[in-house]
Amino acid sequence: MRIELEKRARPSQLHSLLSPIIALLLTLVTGAILFAALGQDPVRALYVLFIGPLTEVWSLHELAVKSAPLIMIGVGLSVCYRCNNWNIGAEGQLVAGAITGSIIPVLFNDWHSPLVLPLMLVMGMVGGALYAAIPAFLKAQTNTNEILTSLMLVYVAELFLDWLVRGPWRDPQGFNFPVTKQFQPEGILPELLDSGRANLGIVFAILAALAVWFMMRFTLKGFEIKVLGASERAGRFAGFSRKGMIWFSMMLSGALAGLAGICEVSGVINKLQPEISPGYGFTAIIVAFLGRLNPLGVIVAGLVLGLTYLGGEGAQIELGLSDKVVRVFQGMLLFFVLACDTLAIYRVRLSLAPAAKEA
Amino acid sequence: MPVSGVSADATVLSVRQLTKLFGSFAACNGIDLDIKPGEIHALLGENGAGKSTLVKMLFGVLAPTSGTILWNGQTVRIASPAAARKLGIGMVFQHFSLFEALTVAENIALSLDDKLPLAQIAARASELSHAYGLPLDPHAHVADLSVGERQRIEIVRALLQNPQLIILDEPTSVLTPQEADRLFETLFKLRAEGRSVLYISHRLEEVQRICDRATVLRHGKVTGACDPRQETPASLARMMVGAEVAHVSAAGTTTRGEVLLEARHLSAAARTPFAVALKNVCLKVRAGEVLAIAGVAGNGQGELFDALSGEYPVEEAQTVQLRGKAVGRSGINDRRSMGAGFVPEERHGHAAVSALPLSDNLVLARYWSDRKAFLSGPLGLIRSGAVKAAAKRICVEMDVRKSGEDPAAGSLSGGNLQKFIVGRELDRQPSVLVVNQPTWGVDAGAASRIRQALVDLAKSGSAVLVISQDLDEIFEVASEIAVISEGRLSDAYPAGELTREKIGLLMGGLYGKTEGAHAH
Repeated sequence: MRIELEKRARPSQLHSLLSPIIALLLTLVTGAILFAALGQDPVRALYVLFIGPLTEVWSLHELAVKSAPLIMIGVGLSVCYRCNNWNIGAEGQLVAGAITGSIIPVLFNDWHSPLVLPLMLVMGMVGGALYAAIPAFLKAQTNTNEILTSLMLVYVAELFLDWLVRGPWRDPQGFNFPVTKQFQPEGILPELLDSGRANLGIVFAILAALAVWFMMRFTLKGFEIKVLGASERAGRFAGFSRKGMIWFSMMLSGALAGLAGICEVSGVINKLQPEISPGYGFTAIIVAFLGRLNPLGVIVAGLVLGLTYLGGEGAQIELGLSDKVVRVFQGMLLFFVLACDTLAIYRVRLSLAPAAKEA
Repeated sequence: MPVSGVSADATVLSVRQLTKLFGSFAACNGIDLDIKPGEIHALLGENGAGKSTLVKMLFGVLAPTSGTILWNGQTVRIASPAAARKLGIGMVFQHFSLFEALTVAENIALSLDDKLPLAQIAARASELSHAYGLPLDPHAHVADLSVGERQRIEIVRALLQNPQLIILDEPTSVLTPQEADRLFETLFKLRAEGRSVLYISHRLEEVQRICDRATVLRHGKVTGACDPRQETPASLARMMVGAEVAHVSAAGTTTRGEVLLEARHLSAAARTPFAVALKNVCLKVRAGEVLAIAGVAGNGQGELFDALSGEYPVEEAQTVQLRGKAVGRSGINDRRSMGAGFVPEERHGHAAVSALPLSDNLVLARYWSDRKAFLSGPLGLIRSGAVKAAAKRICVEMDVRKSGEDPAAGSLSGGNLQKFIVGRELDRQPSVLVVNQPTWGVDAGAASRIRQALVDLAKSGSAVLVISQDLDEIFEVASEIAVISEGRLSDAYPAGELTREKIGLLMGGLYGKTEGAHAH
């Protein structure tokens, strides 16, 4: 007996839509088994993880705070992955954007002007884009694998931030804590409502998703992305530039990651510190795939994964579980999404024909 | 020889009601086939007729949905290629599976089910290759060998297993006429030894020349079993396509206009270790003319197309002239804007993106040359209405048969997709059209339609350059013929002055052309 993967004649639209939902269900079932093995009541654990955060107004605000960077980055990555540019280093671009965006509030802390915040956002995007330009340059000019370079540059960015906040940018009045000065009020991303912490970031995230969706759906640029992703040779025949697309997609996703970084720093933390992201840049990879590499799907997927962060906090407080549980859930989710996608394209068949009797 | 004595009406291989379903699509539908010992049996059919599927089932690559296979009268189940080889079935695929960096003997060793010392394999291969008239140096690297020699490796590899039945898939599609003759000698030798050959081809004259019997497939069913020598090419073609094939009325235009496309001492280095460098290629195509470039695959045709289309621009602008302007350094869209159209050889993933609908595939080739009609605004919005209307117009004009209004390119048969791809360029009335292998793997009906369209385009005053390996096609459409060999192009001769034999000699690179003396 052998297992065969047979390509489906026509990958069905329904399968493609159902696959993330099935993946979610499988993750929940596996999670329940996991909790049972840990000696927890699975129903209560899943409730704490996934339903609890949705029952309170303040935690809905927190959901928006956590989902905004995931959506922003996920949207950029969906463009990258559509054209086979595997940017794995969004976390580093997030940090780079946070650093460049913080130049004004850290070095010109006394400048009070309505221009501060817009400039910070623009500089954050520029920083993220330029940091993503490094793996783009290496791929376009020297054919270096962008998966490796973008990933390794994450650690460079994180260590550089660490050095900055412990060294030249440390707040002189900060009692030697590794933090910068608190940003001036003009450098803080405003909150949306009085009822909670949700800030403008979620609005930027949804606008970014809509803009990219429009680009993919209606414009020649979106068409170029699809063609180069499907076949480089056909792209060349159309006169599209593969190298140009490497630069475009990497820098677009870098800019959005940089925006996420400066929004996080300006809206949530209000200063720079060694740790500014709980791995948003990596989790956004799952968001992009769970959202079918479709910007509108990314919004939904971003909310789902934002929920896992919140649920993880709940699990720590109420169940006394390690927050590593969240990472386990995120990992299982990516695993099941990819598995379900494979099954949407292929049909598994058990071939009962006996294997050839070898001599 | 273990080929056992068998009675006159015994069969080596019989197939009864063999069916293979892919989903609900029947690629093979109740096929019956009998192969006798010591015969060369032809399997004829258009692309998509089910030949490959049938052969894959016989060689254990695919499992049949239903039906039986009898080997020497015994029902067998062939679960894998190794099982097929064990039974005594050898296969020579159309697309070789050889490691170019390894030697001939190493390649053979890799395919053997038994482990033998390399020296012994080399000796056996050398012995076999001489016995069957397939000269081969077992220590040569595959990368250095011609396509014909590579095919010999595949054949020797199959013969080493001492098979009773050898299956050859389109073996001559990559050979010069001389190389093909040599292959036929080998096949006759095999037949004389009592071995059987299943010979898959769509070249009718070849089948008539060497095959004892023929089975014709169409749409997955057997439409005829005959002695090909009793048939005419026309009657065989009728069985294959089910209708008379329209005859292309030849170019024969006498009014030649100005030179629209010209290559002047065009050279280009090979981009990859296995690509062919273009060496000093000179050609001229005038308005009203079809210049056909013949040649065996892999002699620089793809590279010539790349240089002429601008997919890979060349160093010196002067070496490619389009309507009197130097365009060697210009990209493909600049050349399209000057009235040129291009049809590459590979349909899927080059001329078209299989997963995208036809309308998107129209945008692919024409968004720049037709940007006024197809794009709007600074954001480059695609006007889907205009694009869909144009795609529909092309489908009607070229008789593209499809399911649905705007199906994915990959869902069309090869012939229909090729009609769309050619129609996509013709729809613009290009003044220069460069086509690489216009009817490669296309059924006879679509092929004749495409050829007629090329001839008509030239008659209407355009310059048409056709690169093809198919001599029938070349003689059908060409007004001038040149031959490409190892990246060099021969002088062009009027089609009427050339014979197949002469072209064959030119293909082998044996033309007496003095460097520098190019016909201008």
